[in-house]
Amino acid sequence: MINARVTVTLKNGVLDPQGKAIEGALGALGFDGIGHVRQGKVFDLQIETADKAKAEADLKAMCEKLLANTVIENYSISLS
Amino acid sequence: MKSAVVQLPGLNRDRDMIAALTKISGKAPVTIWQTETEIPDVDLIVIPGGFSYGDYLRCGAIAARMPVMQAIKAKAEAGVKVLGVCNGFQILLEAGLLPGALMRNASLKFVCREIKLEVVNADTDFTRAYQAGQIIRCPVAHHDGNYFADSETLKAIEDNGQVLFRYADGTNPNGSLNDIAGVMNKAGNVLGMMPHPENLIEAAHGGSDGRGLFASALDVIAA
Repeated sequence: MINARVTVTLKNGVLDPQGKAIEGALGALGFDGIGHVRQGKVFDLQIETADKAKAEADLKAMCEKLLANTVIENYSISLS
Repeated sequence: MKSAVVQLPGLNRDRDMIAALTKISGKAPVTIWQTETEIPDVDLIVIPGGFSYGDYLRCGAIAARMPVMQAIKAKAEAGVKVLGVCNGFQILLEAGLLPGALMRNASLKFVCREIKLEVVNADTDFTRAYQAGQIIRCPVAHHDGNYFADSETLKAIEDNGQVLFRYADGTNPNGSLNDIAGVMNKAGNVLGMMPHPENLIEAAHGGSDGRGLFASALDVIAA
């Protein structure tokens, strides 16, 4: 069994209105010097295999086909 | 012309769309359910608005990967006209049938109001009932209509005349790049748009500015 975490974030240059709103709210709470807040998504998955290379290849395909919209989003994969 | 309306769990503008198509073409559209993989022989397939599959993951993302969409994709590639309105537009983008993506409105608010649209390109199967540059009224109702594409794609769709509708007179409700409200594919048979032309087709709606789109797509323009 492999535990995997996929992190999906907006690409640089793509406006993130939600990140901006969060940044504003953090400022309103008195946290100074906060900038470039970007909101993303995290997916935790369990994969029934011991083959790390295969798991990684499958996860990459999952990201390309569904988990991320590569027009606007980047993804990163970590295994444990 | 025969038409079809796609019905998926969570879509809720299907009945408005069926009413519009029936009134304008004089023939009721057939309906396509989510499990269907054989698409009937029609000239126009419409994916209406709503919140397919609860907008889970990203708007339109789940619907775009259902088998019914693979079948619609094959029809589109064979030249059948496909129109996606609102969530339908989001689904067509997620399915890769149109370029770009739709993001959360810049205001972060759901917008439900009437806006103005410029018909940018009237030389298409979807807009020939209008004049280029014509300003029409149209309702919008969405939370994720903020059109984005990288600068290269943006230039390509502008240069190819694929931008059919633009928000006009400062009425851009969502922050879309270049005020883009509706985009067509390069082949000219797939159109996605955020505004709801089906909700402005007769006097009871307060106007009929949306009628021209269906009259064009259904080929029933009055002489």
